Amino acid sequence: MYDFEITKPGSIADAAKALGGDDAQALGGGQTLIPTLKQRLASPTTLVSLAGLSEMVGICKDDDGRLCIGGATTHAAVAADGSYPGLSGLAAHIGDPAVRNRGTIGGSLANNDPSACYPAAALGSGATIVTNAREIAADDYFKGLFETALEEGEIITEVKFPVPEKSNYQKFVQPASRFALVGVFVAKYADGVRVAVTGASEEGVHRWTAAEEALNANFSADAIAGLDAPSGDGMINDLHGSGEYRAHLVKVMTGRAVAAAA
Amino acid sequence: MPKDEGIGASSKRREDLRFLTGKGKYTDDINLQGQAYAYFIRSDVAHGKINSIDTSAAEKMPGVEQIFTAKDFEGVGGVPCGWQVTDRHGEPMQEPKHPVLAEGKVRHVGDPIAVVVADSLAEARDAAEAVEIDITELEPVLNMKDALKDGATKVHDDLTSNLCYDWGFVEENRDAVDEAIKGAHHVTTLELKNNRLVANPMEPRVAVAEYDGSTDDYTLYTTSQNPHVIRLLMGAFVLGIPEHKLRVVAPDVGGGFGAKIYHYAEEAFCTFAAKQVGRPVKWTSSRSEAFMSDAHGRDHVTKIELAMDKDGKFLAIRTDTHANMGAYLSTFAPSIPTWLHGTLMAGNYTTPLIYVNVKAVFTNTVPVDAYRGAGRPEATFQLERVVDKAAREMGIDPIELRRRNFITEFPYATPVAVEYDTGDYHATMDKLLEMSDHAGFEKRAEESKKNGKLRGFGIAHYIEACGIAPSNLVGQLGARAGLYESATVRVNATGSISVMTGSHSHGQGHETSFAQVVADMIGVDEAQIDIVHGDTSKVPMGMGTYGSRSIAVGGSAMVRATEKIINKAKKIAAHLMEASEGDIELKDGAFTVAGTDKSVAWGDVTLAAYVPHNYPLEDIEPGLEETAFYDPANFTYPSGAYGCEVEVDPETGKVTVLGFSAADDFGNIINPMIVEGQVHGGLAQGIGQALVENCAYDENGQLLSGSYMDYTMPRADDLPMFKVDHSSITPCTHNPLGVKGCGEAGAIGSPPALVSAVVDALQRGGHTNVTHIDMPLTPDRVWAAMNS
Repeated sequence: MYDFEITKPGSIADAAKALGGDDAQALGGGQTLIPTLKQRLASPTTLVSLAGLSEMVGICKDDDGRLCIGGATTHAAVAADGSYPGLSGLAAHIGDPAVRNRGTIGGSLANNDPSACYPAAALGSGATIVTNAREIAADDYFKGLFETALEEGEIITEVKFPVPEKSNYQKFVQPASRFALVGVFVAKYADGVRVAVTGASEEGVHRWTAAEEALNANFSADAIAGLDAPSGDGMINDLHGSGEYRAHLVKVMTGRAVAAAA
Repeated sequence: MPKDEGIGASSKRREDLRFLTGKGKYTDDINLQGQAYAYFIRSDVAHGKINSIDTSAAEKMPGVEQIFTAKDFEGVGGVPCGWQVTDRHGEPMQEPKHPVLAEGKVRHVGDPIAVVVADSLAEARDAAEAVEIDITELEPVLNMKDALKDGATKVHDDLTSNLCYDWGFVEENRDAVDEAIKGAHHVTTLELKNNRLVANPMEPRVAVAEYDGSTDDYTLYTTSQNPHVIRLLMGAFVLGIPEHKLRVVAPDVGGGFGAKIYHYAEEAFCTFAAKQVGRPVKWTSSRSEAFMSDAHGRDHVTKIELAMDKDGKFLAIRTDTHANMGAYLSTFAPSIPTWLHGTLMAGNYTTPLIYVNVKAVFTNTVPVDAYRGAGRPEATFQLERVVDKAAREMGIDPIELRRRNFITEFPYATPVAVEYDTGDYHATMDKLLEMSDHAGFEKRAEESKKNGKLRGFGIAHYIEACGIAPSNLVGQLGARAGLYESATVRVNATGSISVMTGSHSHGQGHETSFAQVVADMIGVDEAQIDIVHGDTSKVPMGMGTYGSRSIAVGGSAMVRATEKIINKAKKIAAHLMEASEGDIELKDGAFTVAGTDKSVAWGDVTLAAYVPHNYPLEDIEPGLEETAFYDPANFTYPSGAYGCEVEVDPETGKVTVLGFSAADDFGNIINPMIVEGQVHGGLAQGIGQALVENCAYDENGQLLSGSYMDYTMPRADDLPMFKVDHSSITPCTHNPLGVKGCGEAGAIGSPPALVSAVVDALQRGGHTNVTHIDMPLTPDRVWAAMNS
């Protein structure tokens, strides 16, 4: 890696200030950024560590019953929480124990890797991404591969998840990285079902609206079985699977998520 | 010697204490006073013309000692190839120059162009970014069949084509095989690929070299399976250093799997540069570099035809293989698709006529060489897969079809020039069927069906040829090396023993199993014996470890040296007891005079050898140290029956390996626990090849699987609990221990068993059009086959 400075601010305000510097870069759990630095693919002047910000760590419920997770909360902590089973189940299968003990929800959502798991949960839950500057609805947050609505220097301080009646995440792993080749998050709320797909599309995480409509009418795996798989056009086509295969898996994993939803 | 030691005991691996507690001493642990660090600038294009290299700015960067390019290597030899294959027309193969650093052209992604040597690795990397290299990209040569077409772009402009050789074996059988196939009752044809693999030892390659100007001595520490071979190749052919001035040390080595046999440019570079810059030079491969510079394995494209009579009796086999050599010839590359592949094509069967054609092709990819099994997995895979397909086409059970064609009388001379000394293929098949509860399979398949899954069972029988030899034969076949092994047994004055072996252990457990043999022969405790290996200044010239040769060849040399020790010790004992030498017996570490109660302990004899006050000096020299070189009379031929049981998820194509059973015949066993471990490792790598591993290039010659994000290594949860048995023993007839070798078997026998199991599952699920799927059987490929 190249030389860089590292700063460990004591508050969100100080962190935001530090991120205003030239070529400053926020460092969450470092599960993507550190390998990128080691390969000399990034050269920030200053890393601003968010890991020590206690005000960004922890899980609680707000007055609306939403599960509020601090941006610097690790996957392991979310996995252990259990009050939103679909979300905890997802967190429990990200990477391996080392990743889960370092990686954070804010870091994952800010990075928005097209094969990451958390974006599916956030979009599939209609979560609210809270930053040091504003609140962003998940539907407005994800903008494509590694692209989000975050402005330069903006920090994800918290993510608020409405807790559904039923939910489940099904991940079909890419065999080498064990990221999602296709991951589908299904959440059934009183006002409707949301289905979010990660890993599959060249546009990144997205909702499968045809499945949502079918499930609003009939929340059962049969409702998915009767659907055509989404089109393979625009799906990722690589060493590990064609677009057509990914599209097929979207349907299979959606059906399984519905069947397993609890 | 305690009763739970010696040959046949599962002595615990003594080396594991240091390996498992972080006390192993690997090459990267060696840091020499004042060392500089080398950073290799490698080609990022598959094929290109180097127009210019400007190092002027980089040379002024902090910490830079010197920057090397091809012009610094004028007058230095290229990296040599150790095996010359003669083609079907009697002509030698085409052999391109392999410069240490690229001269004029780059020929694969990862081809080294320049090296920065600096005070620190970070400074070397910084300076490397300031080196300006101008390359004009050329069309990459990637597809082997296209590469052989007229007018194809050439990887090497000074060769006549991209064809390294067109090999026919046995050429005299060619017409007879054609005739037999023409007239046969049925011919089963199968076209398949044997996927390219990256060896991925846990420890990447490292080289540290130093030069002492006051004595003109060089020392190279390197991650090698065979330090003497490196000393010979690098000293004699690359750098012109006489052997007495060059010491090569391969200390603890963290896995090799073939990829650490070869002499690599980086080793030669560090040795050369250490003298040039006047300080030790160290290079440690990153994992990314390993993917693009360690020799790859396999990469064959094959068509095989099997001709049968109406009863399924095999009449003839004809194969046509394109074997990828990559951009240059790695040390033993030409021998893999030929002498280690064609000679195995009879398998376990009595097929009377066989013809193997192999076209070796240069492409703009990383050089390909031996990887665990080396040629034998490629032979076994195509043969066992075509037999499986033939069984289906003939309507004969695949087990029955194999049994009808098994060789049952030994020695057996195959039509592909080798003679199997022993074996019992029905015995391993019987054992396998028992271990795998084959009788209960149909019931299990029904259970799977109820759960919406497809269950299948696949079987493979393999023959291996280990301990490739004798040297005079391999010399005729083109080897530029001997394939003997050496050992020195040094008995110390108080009776402890140091064994210097030419074999090299990089995970196999030689320090334990070799000690068991000597302990057993003499009757002393294993703890009295140390095994020394991996240092050309300590051990006699040896050929190292690969091809499952260590116990069969290296072990035999050690036995011969120990026999010499025992013979001499008996003379000493006879003198001490004033008895006739012919009456002396060695038992449980003591010498006795037959029929008397006279006895002297081992330690009394060894002390007498070094304190020869009462000693037959007029007859024998003092001391107790003997060396033997052992050149085997033949290969050894391990064999076995492997069974794989899988379940396929028809919705996703995902294959789950539910069970894997291996019934091997390794001849006599020295340490059953170590043998079992070797089989486990081989099975993991074979299942890895069949299920997940794939080294892939895109159409521009970029490595798609250049990291663990895209190259899948098998993990514990990809593998079932293995059932391993090696109780079917037919001892080798021509080596003193009756051993055959076990290191590669698992990787050889498992891929066809797994693929046949998946095909069986799909066939049972009604996908009767699926007769083969190319490895690896990833979910997308299986799903695509089901939906084709």
